[in-house]
Amino acid sequence: MRYALLIYNTENDPDRASRDIPGTVVEMLDEPFVDGWARLHAAESATTLHRGGLLTDGPFVESKEYLAGLIVIEAENLDAALAVAQQVHGSRPSGAIEVRPVLDGRFRGA
Amino acid sequence: MALDAVFREQWGRVLATLVGILGDIELAEEAAAEAFAIAAERWPRDGEPSNPTRWLITTARNRAVDRLRRQRVLAAKTRLLARDLEADAPASVFEGAVMDHSAAIPDERLELIFTCCHPALALDAQVALTLRTLGGLSTDEIALAFLIPFETMSKRLTRAKHKIRDAGIPFAVPAGHQLPDRLAAVLAVVYLIFNQGWGGGRVDLAAEAIHLGRALATLMPDEGEVLALLALMLLHDARRAARLRDGEVVLLDDQDRTLWDGPQIAEGRELLDRAMTRQSGGIANADASPSLANERSFSRNPARPYLVQAAIADLHLQQPRDWRQIAALYGTLARLTGSPIVEMNRAIAVAEIDGPAAGLDILDRLDLEHYRYFHSTRAQLLRRAGRESEAQRAYRQALDLAQTEPEQRFLRQQLNPGHGLPKAVADED
Repeated sequence: MRYALLIYNTENDPDRASRDIPGTVVEMLDEPFVDGWARLHAAESATTLHRGGLLTDGPFVESKEYLAGLIVIEAENLDAALAVAQQVHGSRPSGAIEVRPVLDGRFRGA
Repeated sequence: MALDAVFREQWGRVLATLVGILGDIELAEEAAAEAFAIAAERWPRDGEPSNPTRWLITTARNRAVDRLRRQRVLAAKTRLLARDLEADAPASVFEGAVMDHSAAIPDERLELIFTCCHPALALDAQVALTLRTLGGLSTDEIALAFLIPFETMSKRLTRAKHKIRDAGIPFAVPAGHQLPDRLAAVLAVVYLIFNQGWGGGRVDLAAEAIHLGRALATLMPDEGEVLALLALMLLHDARRAARLRDGEVVLLDDQDRTLWDGPQIAEGRELLDRAMTRQSGGIANADASPSLANERSFSRNPARPYLVQAAIADLHLQQPRDWRQIAALYGTLARLTGSPIVEMNRAIAVAEIDGPAAGLDILDRLDLEHYRYFHSTRAQLLRRAGRESEAQRAYRQALDLAQTEPEQRFLRQQLNPGHGLPKAVADED
């Protein structure tokens, strides 16, 4: 089985980028059972793509929706990332895609 | 030129170039502020340098380099500088350009304004950031202009700058297929600033918007909508001195035309003519007659709302007013924008042609219960149609929604009979 651990923060934490990941967590991240991880920039760096191509500033906040998946991409800038999101979104009947910059992380192929 | 004026003039230009070099708006702002402070100390003593822009950029850049060296985060924080230092080059590519007096400093204000007006930023953040970075307004001034606390505005600006940095909003003029939408967003921000200025705050936002419009027209001289927006703002603003008399609202037909700014109207009209010969994509429309302000010349290129609005503003300045053309252009604009306020203005023009009942027919189809000028417009047409008791009721509704003292006084006068037949309050907007 594979699992995704979705990690939430309670409040805005602007200094995250300059702070190290706690030591015990760093060790765990190097374990072979960790397929990959990503630390994300704060919620206020998010841009949400809605149906019809509308963009809003900030995270996705509808309570009726549920988190359905995630894709980690490499893109030159936000415009390029939004273009990929648009491609994914175009084939979906509903929902939204939140585009959030990755602060740091480790990824490996399946 | 007074030092203040030089700084105001140079701020956007200097900052844009610094953002281009440093890749970070906050860092660029700090460096620019430092350079301007040094200039304020030295220039009165040693005289103004022959090229103030170059001097300010070079000084700010050097300060930023010093600071980054000290912080030892150079490689992480800069693009160009890092590359130069790794190569151990004594003078960077950029420094070469700055020191070589024959080479032009790249003007990157367009890149900066497209960054500030990126759709991934909230509209209020786009507006504040544009005024701060390109207009050179202080956070205090922007807070004052929008009647919100300094702290709120300061947070809004900081958050926007962090989002640009963290989310990777590009510092670039968008590619061709994205340009129309993105340019529309930039123009909307400038026009919003202009309209906020019309309200008469303590900071002259109308002048700021015109300043931004001029910069855009210089940087994108072939974009019809850029020229049209500047024309629109100049034509509206030219009547500024005549709009109030002793603190009272003066309607267009009663305005003292000698108070209108003639040279500014001429400039606006010249820009309007230029805008008409250009399509939005920058391709000249060779066979369009430049002075033909009728609906047909717009049907070729339908999505040009500022051109239509500028043409309407121009028609409103002519005496007697050509209500048929005005009504036709409001019709075009209503189809472009789907705005009920535009339909309301068309109703005023139609009332001038076919009588108040025809105008009221249009108004009755609109859902504008919360728009203050809707009720005053309706009241005026009802009075002209002889439906006085309904007119009184509508004037009272308008008064309930009126926001400024002069407007309230004007509406009270209308409620009080014996003051002659009023004209529309909103027929110029």
